[in-house]
Amino acid sequence: MNEQFDSSARQSRLALFHIDGPLLLGLMLLMGFGLMILYSASGQNMIMMKAQLIRLGVALAVMVAIAQVKPQTLKRWSLPLFIAGLGLLVAVLLVGHVGKGAQRWLDLGFMKFQPSEVMKLAVPMAVAWFISSHNLPPRLWHLLVGFLMCAIPTLLIAKQPDLGTSILIATAGVFVLFMSGMSWRIIIFVAGVISAFLPVLWIFLMHDYQRQRVLTFLNPESDPLGSGYHIIQSKIAIGSGGLEGKGYLQGTQSQLEFLPERHTDFIFAVVSEEMGLLGVLVLLGVYLFIIARCMFISTQAQENYSKLVAGSFTLTFFVYVFVNIGMVSGLLPVVGVPLPLVSYGGTSMVTLMAAFGVIMSVCTHKRMLATP
Amino acid sequence: MLKKRVAIQDFAAETRLFNHRAVVAMSVVAILFCVIIFNQYQLQIVSYQDYQTRSEGNRIKVMPMAPNRGLIYDRSGILLAENRPVFSLELVPEQIKDMDEVLSALAQLIDITPEQIESFLKHVKAQRRFNSIALKEQLDDTEVAILAANQHRFPGITVEARLSRHYPFGDLFTHALGYIGKINTRELQQLDEDGEAANYAASRDIGKIGLERFYQRELHGTMGYQEVEVNNRGRLIRVLRSVPAVSGQNIHLGLDVGLQLTAQQVLKDQRGAIVAMDPRDGAVLAFYSNPSYDPNLFVHGISSTNYNALLHSRDKPLFNRVTQATYPPASTIKPHLALLGLETNTITPSSKIWDPGYFMLPNVDHRFRDHISWGHGWVDIYTAVMKSCDTFFYELGVKLGIDRISEYMGKMGFGERTGIDIFEESSGIMPSRGWKRARHNQPWYLGDTVPLSIGQSYWTTTPLQLIVATAVILNEGQLATPHLVTAFSDEQNTTFHSPPLQPAIEVVDPNNWQVVRDTMHRTVKDIGGTAHKAFIGASYDAAGKTGTAQLAAIAQDAKYDAKAIDERLRDNAMYIGYAPYDNPSIVIAVALENAGGGGSNAAPIARHMLDYYFTAGVNANE
Repeated sequence: MNEQFDSSARQSRLALFHIDGPLLLGLMLLMGFGLMILYSASGQNMIMMKAQLIRLGVALAVMVAIAQVKPQTLKRWSLPLFIAGLGLLVAVLLVGHVGKGAQRWLDLGFMKFQPSEVMKLAVPMAVAWFISSHNLPPRLWHLLVGFLMCAIPTLLIAKQPDLGTSILIATAGVFVLFMSGMSWRIIIFVAGVISAFLPVLWIFLMHDYQRQRVLTFLNPESDPLGSGYHIIQSKIAIGSGGLEGKGYLQGTQSQLEFLPERHTDFIFAVVSEEMGLLGVLVLLGVYLFIIARCMFISTQAQENYSKLVAGSFTLTFFVYVFVNIGMVSGLLPVVGVPLPLVSYGGTSMVTLMAAFGVIMSVCTHKRMLATP
Repeated sequence: MLKKRVAIQDFAAETRLFNHRAVVAMSVVAILFCVIIFNQYQLQIVSYQDYQTRSEGNRIKVMPMAPNRGLIYDRSGILLAENRPVFSLELVPEQIKDMDEVLSALAQLIDITPEQIESFLKHVKAQRRFNSIALKEQLDDTEVAILAANQHRFPGITVEARLSRHYPFGDLFTHALGYIGKINTRELQQLDEDGEAANYAASRDIGKIGLERFYQRELHGTMGYQEVEVNNRGRLIRVLRSVPAVSGQNIHLGLDVGLQLTAQQVLKDQRGAIVAMDPRDGAVLAFYSNPSYDPNLFVHGISSTNYNALLHSRDKPLFNRVTQATYPPASTIKPHLALLGLETNTITPSSKIWDPGYFMLPNVDHRFRDHISWGHGWVDIYTAVMKSCDTFFYELGVKLGIDRISEYMGKMGFGERTGIDIFEESSGIMPSRGWKRARHNQPWYLGDTVPLSIGQSYWTTTPLQLIVATAVILNEGQLATPHLVTAFSDEQNTTFHSPPLQPAIEVVDPNNWQVVRDTMHRTVKDIGGTAHKAFIGASYDAAGKTGTAQLAAIAQDAKYDAKAIDERLRDNAMYIGYAPYDNPSIVIAVALENAGGGGSNAAPIARHMLDYYFTAGVNANE
């Protein structure tokens, strides 16, 4: 194995397990912070705490496991994973389990499985595989193939319908193209096409409840007890936190349950209410640290595939953070995106940590010849 | 492949390109983080006060607390109206999804009548959705236990302990006290108009009639409130601040339980009224209308069966005979007319007339008969009052004329409400030329004045008016306003309530007033006085006047025969009296419907009352 040995004994031991120390520290800080907030947001519910701990443990294990896999192996498996994922998406549409008016789940008998979670990883990996097998910057037809690889799963997921996830997956794929050096002219052109596509999306592809969310976002006070309730209560929670917050476990909006979804999608409002602007800055600092570290790792990777996948995952992680905070604080419409590693629950956490596993793999598997 | 080889050669350029893109991406990330922080700053620092206020508004609710209603006491401090804890089954409509289902489920647990459901649904419509509304009141212990055990099945349903009005003496004080009941839509509107609605936010009951209604404001008190922290479902988390309610004022009556009981006992099944007052200040001492009814039935909403029984009863128990019944005063107003005769010099204490047993107007064939058909012979004012000679007063009345009678009797309070402190009062009728024109569109005939002079025909009074007018004679022209309440009290203070006497009639010669009082004294004292028999052996010195009011017209030559005519058309027995003669502390009126002669029926009842008052009652020493 071609491993880079550090002077510190501790770091070398981490490196032996293909773990990046600073990134692990950032993730642990975030998880610790998340658990602390969840304790408050769940109303001191120990059952939830236990479930979340188990979930974090599983996610960490997945991350470590994937970190052991060499980037070359990951690259080799990218296309098969993508094709298998597409098959599953089609299967979901045909025989999927209907929950909350959308077909997202595949019932495997022992567990329910959401193929779109696989695609969050498979789409950027496959696009990176394709792009990195050619010279950079990609040529126009490479880009067209790349866009097509994004578009097919996106449309399949949008049809479930799960607009939020489909857009995030498309974004992850597009990030690969962006990082690969797609020319600015094309970027502006694509942005123009997407803007032109928005009315089509509004009229033909969005469900009523989705349109309602957007309308509510534009004017939450129009329906204060209906769909505007979430965002109004959330903004009250954030605003009433002030500089220093109302104190841990002292948030009236969250503890008295005026804030809906307080332990899942709206947990950021609990942080804001109980810990104030200072607590928010600490949390944002941790996120920024993780993102910066990941971006740094991606620039240090030796292969284009590794760089593109790591860069795309990093930016996607940021998008999760931004979209969640944006929707909770009224900057964006309410879409069901959890605050990564802090919100309670979900398969998304495992997917997320798998992505960090990939980044760690990229970081720690390096060929000797690449060292200067 | 060729391309791959080329790619390896371009490695440095590709790294530069990727690094450049990474810098761009991180710049965008940094900018968007700044956007988040700026937005947080806007929300948490710039708009902090606004959101802080709204957050408080979310969690803090003000819960009104109803004040305890003031208590009512009799003159010796015996409780007449109290507040007792009762348990009631209450529902909050807002928290109930399927009202019909819940109601039928509850009906399986405890007895709920269709009437209760109907009344409940009526209140649901009238009140705000989040108000708690009683479905069944006065739950017994078993029902409370059953409901407590099943409460988890029914969100929005509670068993509430509340204070409820109770009248321990039942029907004894009903017409004076009245009762309270649930505030209805009309009363709510009225409270709104009076600007009182806020003070009633937690109150459910309001005085409906009687003292409870008249003194509603005093008895009600001032609402308190609690600032409480609630969660998003409105459940109370903790109390932040509490401003206690101020209980309503207690009121103290001049009425006496013993005197009331005596009245009830002596009246038995006899329809009628007994009312007594202290002539010196107008404090009402006894106030009883028979038959009466139990006001407790009304407090929690009377069933329609019970209500219809009361409403349609031939004896009209709901009717307040003390203040609403208008009876012909009959001979009880003879002293008053005698006074007018003396004061106007129409007669003197020594004037005499010849009574042949009837009176005739000049040039008219009609005979106005005396109740003694053979006549009283020579009659002066003393005999005329004492023996209730009709002919004397026929002649006096005609001499006085309707205008003087009407004006003078009006000043004594006839034809006017006395202003007693309950709203249920009739004014009675003191006829005059104008009244007859307005009422019957006819001129006043001389023949109308003749029966008027013995308190018959158009003249009607309430029993209360009779004692008020009699007190004017005792007070030499001063008019007292009768009042049931003599004092208000709260925890610290007691305020006595006694409206001052009002000068009503100018005294021409005080001796005339003494003469009139003397005639009433002789009615009781002298053998041959109409009330003499009733007061033989009394331990106090009483005075009075009897009256027998004819209800049936009797043909010119026929004789009144009680047995021959319908019971409801028989004579009313009336009596007014006072004692002690030289320094009166009580003036009393008795009115008995269809009981017969006043001397033999009404006077003995007054005797019972006065006996109690002077021997057993709290005023025994006076």
